[in-house]
Amino acid sequence: MEAQSNSLVQINDLYKRFSISGDFLDQLQFKGGKLVRHQEHVHAINGVSLEVMPGEALCVVGESGCGKSTVARTVMGLLTPTAGQVSYRGERIDNLSDKQMLPYRKKMQMIFQNPYASLNPRMTIMETLREPIRFHNPALTASEIRDKIHEVMFSVGVDPSWGERYSHEFSGGQRQRISIARALAVDPEFIVADEPISALDVSIQAQVLNLMMEAQEQRNLTYLFITHDLAVVEHFGTRVAVMYLGTVCELAPTKQLFSSPRHPYTQALMSAIPRLEDNRPDYIKLTGEVPTPVNLPSGCVFHGRCPHANERCKQEIPMLTLLSDGTRVACHGVEENRL
Amino acid sequence: MTDSIQTMEPQLSTWQRFLKSHFWHSFKIDRVAQLSFMIFLIYAFLAVFASFIAPFDPYDASQIDIMNSEIPPSWEEGGDELFLLGTDAQGRDMLSTILHGTRVSLTIGLCAVALQALLGIVIGLTAGYIGGRVDSFLMRVADIQLSFSTLMVAIIVLAVFQATFGTELYQQLAMIMLILVIGIAEWPQYARTIRASVLAEKKKEYVDAARVMGFGRLRIMFRHILPNTLSPILVISTVQIANAIISEASLSFLGLGMPVSQPSLGSLISSGFEYIFSGAWWITVIPGVVLIVLVLVMNLLGDWMRDVLNPKLYKG
Repeated sequence: MEAQSNSLVQINDLYKRFSISGDFLDQLQFKGGKLVRHQEHVHAINGVSLEVMPGEALCVVGESGCGKSTVARTVMGLLTPTAGQVSYRGERIDNLSDKQMLPYRKKMQMIFQNPYASLNPRMTIMETLREPIRFHNPALTASEIRDKIHEVMFSVGVDPSWGERYSHEFSGGQRQRISIARALAVDPEFIVADEPISALDVSIQAQVLNLMMEAQEQRNLTYLFITHDLAVVEHFGTRVAVMYLGTVCELAPTKQLFSSPRHPYTQALMSAIPRLEDNRPDYIKLTGEVPTPVNLPSGCVFHGRCPHANERCKQEIPMLTLLSDGTRVACHGVEENRL
Repeated sequence: MTDSIQTMEPQLSTWQRFLKSHFWHSFKIDRVAQLSFMIFLIYAFLAVFASFIAPFDPYDASQIDIMNSEIPPSWEEGGDELFLLGTDAQGRDMLSTILHGTRVSLTIGLCAVALQALLGIVIGLTAGYIGGRVDSFLMRVADIQLSFSTLMVAIIVLAVFQATFGTELYQQLAMIMLILVIGIAEWPQYARTIRASVLAEKKKEYVDAARVMGFGRLRIMFRHILPNTLSPILVISTVQIANAIISEASLSFLGLGMPVSQPSLGSLISSGFEYIFSGAWWITVIPGVVLIVLVLVMNLLGDWMRDVLNPKLYKG
């Protein structure tokens, strides 16, 4: 993918592996009379390249375990990548120390999936919001901090008079608003949202989603939005990246992806969306299961389940290639005009 | 968005919040806990005001008359109205000595547990939060420490100290030495418990949120994780105070604890042991009962607290 200087966040050929063979002693094994060290890894992300443009909402979709959350956590520096780079406005940030990272913490924030775990149960809402503001703006006076907290609480629809309450006194939707308030408290320009609404009631989901869109307009935010809900993507996303087994298989503007999905996996995914007028028995049925990320398949990770796979797909890993309509697809079939 | 702002009932102060809490409610309905807490308060009161309540000062040699030795309690034949619980072999009033002994025992128990908690919390938090090699190293040290029994370590350290620096210096420093030895020997109990809770807590998203905010390790460890591990700390503290008091009593009984001139409950029991067969049972039995009741009360409170704070029985 060609480097574009105007991107806000750039993820370049990112790899992340997790060891699953325990500590050093567990890794030692007897093989043929010799003591050998044997390690196994989960390949959570395999060469993901994405760039997030200022002002957009880039949605990342995919099924459970495809590495969506790992991408989000790596971008935020909660995980260090095994290989590859993460850059913010052209500056590499994945190898910085905690201290060097500090200025970026103000600009990049995260909203978490589980509003029941993402607020400290021993802190009041006021304390939860006050701490980051005071930490990042040591020059502010107590009353300025108070004003800032009130402003942020109002903007997410939380009454400032609730400040002295603890998080367990709130409902899931209210808690998620408070987590959004916490993220907004340091005036970030980029927010990673890791399935922020999947733990909420459907009726509350829309509220929180609208809140996030309002905040985007008012504060000129950029989102990297992780989700597995395609309806949300259609509503929210500027562009969509579809992930499968740790790789991006298709990246396209939302409308384009929904009207003409190109990758066989995306096509299957789209045809699986339940619709009200649903009496189409001809949706694409994928056979088999997602391969384990411990032993990755050779070639295209999707070849085992792809109805169009040929020999080349089993051998060669497809690259994301730009099509004439602006879609990027990692598929030999599309590249060869077979599909 | 404004329509979603709801009004809630008026604010509660911390004290009102406490009165409405599960903790207070379960205390109100549990007679055993109430009784234990009452007795503990009485102990604490007697210990703090021992020098005002006690009719004699057992540390003042001029008030002790050897002619008064081994007087039985006042309700026994040959008892003296002046000495309610009788006197010991040196003619000290048992009541006064027990009051001061309770103070010594409680002081040692509380201070030793404070030291244990300090060491254990710092080491357990570090091991649990940083993890990896630091964790392995600290926990193996804890395992090694636990494989020596507290009493064995204490006996060796105290005996060596006594032999090297002489009995006189030892008698001056006895209390500090006991606190140090019992405190240092038992920190792994705390460290292990806290490490376990930290491992559970640090996976929660509020810790990730704090990291994303850029907070330093120390701030996350002490301000975010530690307050969430307080329940197990509270529970083991009560049990550990009882254990520390017993350890101190055992050491004193073995002659390695508090000197005779400044007796704790343990050294009182020990000093009366030689006279038990000559009929002077009260010198051993009365401090013994006082000690048993104190330890029992602490253990009952600990049990109750473990039930109340157990998240599996109640989620608060």
